[in-house]
Amino acid sequence: MKYMMLVCTDTEPDMDPSAAPDIEQWVAERDANGQRVTGSRFAPPSAATTVRVRDGELLLTDGPFAETKEVIVGFDLLECADLDEAVEVARAHPMAYAGRIELRPLVD
Amino acid sequence: MTDAAGAVAAAGAEAYPRIVAALIRVTGDWTLAEDCAQEALAAALERWPRDGVPGNPGGWLMTTARNRAVDVLRRAAVERRKLRELALLTDPEPAPPEGDVVDDRLRLIFTCCHPALALPDRVALTLRTIAGVPTADIARAFLVSESAMTRRLTRAKTRIAAAGVPYRVPTGSALVERLPGVLAVLYLLFTRGYDADGEPAFAAEAIRLARLLHELLPQEPEAAGLLALFLLHHSRRAARRDPAGDLLTLDEQDRSRWDRVGIVEGVALLDRAGHGPYALQARVAACHATARTAADTDWPAIAGWYDHLVRLGPTPVVRLNRAVAHGYAYGPAAGLALLAEARAGGVLDNYPPALAAEAELTARHGDRDRAAALFRAAADAVRSEPEQRALLRRAADVSR
Repeated sequence: MKYMMLVCTDTEPDMDPSAAPDIEQWVAERDANGQRVTGSRFAPPSAATTVRVRDGELLLTDGPFAETKEVIVGFDLLECADLDEAVEVARAHPMAYAGRIELRPLVD
Repeated sequence: MTDAAGAVAAAGAEAYPRIVAALIRVTGDWTLAEDCAQEALAAALERWPRDGVPGNPGGWLMTTARNRAVDVLRRAAVERRKLRELALLTDPEPAPPEGDVVDDRLRLIFTCCHPALALPDRVALTLRTIAGVPTADIARAFLVSESAMTRRLTRAKTRIAAAGVPYRVPTGSALVERLPGVLAVLYLLFTRGYDADGEPAFAAEAIRLARLLHELLPQEPEAAGLLALFLLHHSRRAARRDPAGDLLTLDEQDRSRWDRVGIVEGVALLDRAGHGPYALQARVAACHATARTAADTDWPAIAGWYDHLVRLGPTPVVRLNRAVAHGYAYGPAAGLALLAEARAGGVLDNYPPALAAEAELTARHGDRDRAAALFRAAADAVRSEPEQRALLRRAADVSR
């Protein structure tokens, strides 16, 4: 199964960030074993553009569509056998400690 | 013909989870698996009274359920591989060439109790899928309508497929991490059946499932501990209430009505149960269950087990029970001192058992007026009428 892993900040990070694993090592290991298909960090929300078409008119808004304290800061596309494997990958990511991670299965 | 009906019930209780679990493994379709297992039971109820009970009732049910599933899938023209695998399903399945085969029922338990599902969904799914409890009965226990429960079960099954929840028993460190969650679901099931206004049948289902889990994971001490705990509590079921249905305390119960067989089995399990939280609670229950009279209770032993429990997890309720045990073992002053510690911070304020415990300890310490006032305060705080009556009775007793 493919899972979109959304990496988010959280208002309450783990109190001890030194316990979090190293991101470079996380990427290298998951790239090597094929669990990570692709992924990237996002530019800050101030660089976001929200696009809508209403009554045929293009509407552009600067910033993300939702104004929240928690923002998506990156993503990784995972290829895993099942949810347990995806959870193992996500829990080893430093942002599981400093923020939170949402796993969204892809349909098909 | 009731013999045949009894045979269906007995074979069904044994074979149902096995059939559902095997059909889910092969077809991946939870609803199909349950429907076919139910239909096999219905077919048995119709045929066995007429044709006689087959030599291998469980095998007959498995074959019938499997044939239904093959029919349904053939009509739906599903891939050949699934049909071929289905055709090979028998009960019991032929032993594989090597050991280390995982029982399908264990797979089912771990999937129903997966932490990616909401806790109430885990309990409901376990009751429906493994224990085969009718949706209407589960709905009643959850205080929701049958259609709401049907929707909840459907949503949970859809989520299993959509989120990719595996149909697998975790191994190694993952098993260690996941087992407590499975035990917690069974514990919740049991307490639902054991509480004053719970569904009594669920306590028996919880015991059946705990027995199954212990059989399937015999080396897991907490699985043994949980089963022991259930058996020891359940052994008092016939003595827990007075004729009016009010709950009786341990010292008021007629101990000759305790179930000796359950107590012997529960105590024997403790040899393999270790010292996890469930095992420790079971050891406390065993001290009560094996005391010939209330006065014979080995309170210093119980106080010791609570000391262990507090070290594992100093929750307010465990600390309260520890204070009570120490009060019986070493005198009311010792109990009151520990109770004051447990109540520091106010977490137990207005918690009726804490008020009642303080009242009992105060009465035994000799301060009758204060004890009576505390019993009345506890009576004000409880919601159940029978408990309220019992507490007011104690208030009257001590002020006499």
